[in-house]
Amino acid sequence: MAEKVQIKVVVNGVEHHSEVEPRLLLVHYLRETLGLTGTHVGCDTSQCGACTVHLDGQAVKSCTLFAVQADGSSITTIEGLGSVDSLHPVQEGFWEMHGLQCGFCTPGMIMAAADLLNRNPQPSEEEIRHALEGNLCRCTGYHNIVRAVQYAANKMAGKVGVAADD
Amino acid sequence: MYTAPFSYKKASNLSEALSLLQQNPEAKLLAGGHSLIPAMKLRLAAPPLLIDISKVAELRGIRREGDTLVIGAMTTYRELETSDLLKELCPIIPQAVSLIGDPMVRTKGTIGGSLAHADPAADLPASMLALEARIKIQGPSGSRVVEAEQFFTGMFSTALGEGEILTEVHIPVRPGARMAYAKFPHPASRYAVVGVAVVLDGNSVRAAVTGAGEHAMRLTKLEQALSGQALSAESITAACQGLLPADNLNHDLAASKEYRAHLVDVMAKRALLQAAGL
Repeated sequence: MAEKVQIKVVVNGVEHHSEVEPRLLLVHYLRETLGLTGTHVGCDTSQCGACTVHLDGQAVKSCTLFAVQADGSSITTIEGLGSVDSLHPVQEGFWEMHGLQCGFCTPGMIMAAADLLNRNPQPSEEEIRHALEGNLCRCTGYHNIVRAVQYAANKMAGKVGVAADD
Repeated sequence: MYTAPFSYKKASNLSEALSLLQQNPEAKLLAGGHSLIPAMKLRLAAPPLLIDISKVAELRGIRREGDTLVIGAMTTYRELETSDLLKELCPIIPQAVSLIGDPMVRTKGTIGGSLAHADPAADLPASMLALEARIKIQGPSGSRVVEAEQFFTGMFSTALGEGEILTEVHIPVRPGARMAYAKFPHPASRYAVVGVAVVLDGNSVRAAVTGAGEHAMRLTKLEQALSGQALSAESITAACQGLLPADNLNHDLAASKEYRAHLVDVMAKRALLQAAGL
């Protein structure tokens, strides 16, 4: 059995010290060790994006990363993005524009969209679709997800509650 | 999915990584992990030790040294895609990288990891060949530099020897050169079914293809047909006919040999038209 490794990570602002087996995937560390089950395991093959979290401010697929690789990093999961009382603009956008149906892909979708808006605050529709290529949704057909991201971009730019195509 | 158990060591500098590799010949280097970890999860690979080189500072960054662009092996796709230096001096790299995987994959994936893995459908090898890049390799007894064309030796095979680490990619600066990459992505994986990179530098045309065969290769027939010629939509269309015989090309569920050969012509034409601004 491989030797366990000591890691220190800050998750949603809280510091954690853990001893982990090297093969423990970050997504399982988040879900099973820390109990943060908002991050989902979808395909488990780096394709669907349901496991997307932010590692030092950049979106990653936590099913394709060992927890040991996150040592010394700061992680944000869907639980740390906003709160029930104060939703993140992307979360509000998904709510307002009906950007979800079953909800399974939604945490990853929201984390990927928030990463896009950090890099590109006013993306075109084409840029939104390109940026969400790594997130699969089998319910919505994506149209309302795009509108949700447009809503969030407008909200963050101070144009409250206006969807781009309205 | 869990990988087989393995031990994990984080190298803090290049010499530590080299000595760990020398002491553990069965070990694998862990760069961005986006080829290695999926292979380990499927138990196609089960290295007893992973040497994490993500904290090796000398393997990161993009800089200009005289007439050469030097890219550290651990530079991520995201860094390549957003580099102002590359956008100005070597725009084919940010353009090609923007078509790799998806944004999350590009956060972690690295240029050195991709080249060392040598997936026959990887995007960057075509640009490396068309740019006539040189690959710097560090081993236990010193460093050497290999032309990109000699670096790829087969499917998932490279000129890297035991105990060696790919450390840098060197790209000649070509002022005024025009360049583009055109790709037909696999509908599910987004890997290149066929991708063609072209670099137009003065009168010379350099072109290379990935995804078509066992490894990326120069399109010499196209280069000879167009070098020294005035480029027009007509001359490009005429040159992009039957560039590669279908016999030795890859075939899989996504594309037969014959379809791949056709795609090489079409992608070459698209890349040339884009680079030439036609």
